Amino acid sequence: MAGLMSRASAIMKAKISKLLDHAEDPAETLDYSYERQLELLQNVKRGIADVVTAKKRLQLQETQLEQSVVKLDSQAREALAAGREDLARQALERKSGLQQQLQSLDQQAKQLEEQQAKLEASEKALSAKVEAFRTQKETIKAQYSAAEAQVKIGEAATGIGEEMADTGLAIQRAKDKTEQMQARAAAIDELTTSGALEDFTSDQTELDRELGALASQSQVDKELAAMKAEIGSGDKQKELKQ
Amino acid sequence: MIVRLMSEGRYEVDDEVAKGLNDIDDQAGAAVERGDEEALSELLRRMADAVRTNGVRVPDEDLSASEAIIPPDDLSLEEARRLFEDEGLIPDLPS
Repeated sequence: MAGLMSRASAIMKAKISKLLDHAEDPAETLDYSYERQLELLQNVKRGIADVVTAKKRLQLQETQLEQSVVKLDSQAREALAAGREDLARQALERKSGLQQQLQSLDQQAKQLEEQQAKLEASEKALSAKVEAFRTQKETIKAQYSAAEAQVKIGEAATGIGEEMADTGLAIQRAKDKTEQMQARAAAIDELTTSGALEDFTSDQTELDRELGALASQSQVDKELAAMKAEIGSGDKQKELKQ
Repeated sequence: MIVRLMSEGRYEVDDEVAKGLNDIDDQAGAAVERGDEEALSELLRRMADAVRTNGVRVPDEDLSASEAIIPPDDLSLEEARRLFEDEGLIPDLPS
């Protein structure tokens, strides 16, 4: 079976020939190709912006999960201090679940980072080639006969077509990765709103309510004790007066 | 010859490096065929490393065509299949 390099080259050639098939005369081919190059440059820029937006969303979700982790940790401490090991265990279990999700978000963020770097490199290489092509295009139009121009155009268009196909691949892969990440983020949102998962970011979880009850219980106890003490000392004062 | 590392850049390599690339490339093709993702990643990385280490970077503005094209070294098996079997991974150029 064939290696990957020859297959990659064959695919590139097929993509490039489609680009060249569009126009009739050399000057038209050059201008047409140049327009497509500018369009593709815009696409790369949009691609980079999309990856950056996706990264920001991921970072926001990470921050929310991190806050929940901190909160669950302090809840576990409170529960333990109140002698409720069962609640403390529950909080720590949730915390560990969230930490796993955080880890996977972290990996996705790294992948997006890599895609962004690739897109930026593609943009740089493509811009340089587009600029070189623009210069060459004018030279070819001005200096060559139709037959000679055809050959020159073929060379220049193949070189830049290859860059364009490569850029197309970088855009597509970044898009795929971004979509996967968005689907995952949406799934986490969905699970939390449908209640299948605890809404970790809401202010009132079941754990909160139980801990709240625990806290208000101990507050009531404290106040009761304080009142008893007050009344007790009041009694003593009365006794003294008598 | 000029080799393109896809999504990375182009390098000029000598014949000996090119020969080495062909050997690894045959194995990479076989890895895709038998669905061995781990071997594919390893082989793509080896090809990219060989080019980066032994090649000389071709300037971005050079408009010549490449003689060999190597897929990105983080290409997954699923992406490889899409790239080679239905040619769906590279979109058609804007038209």
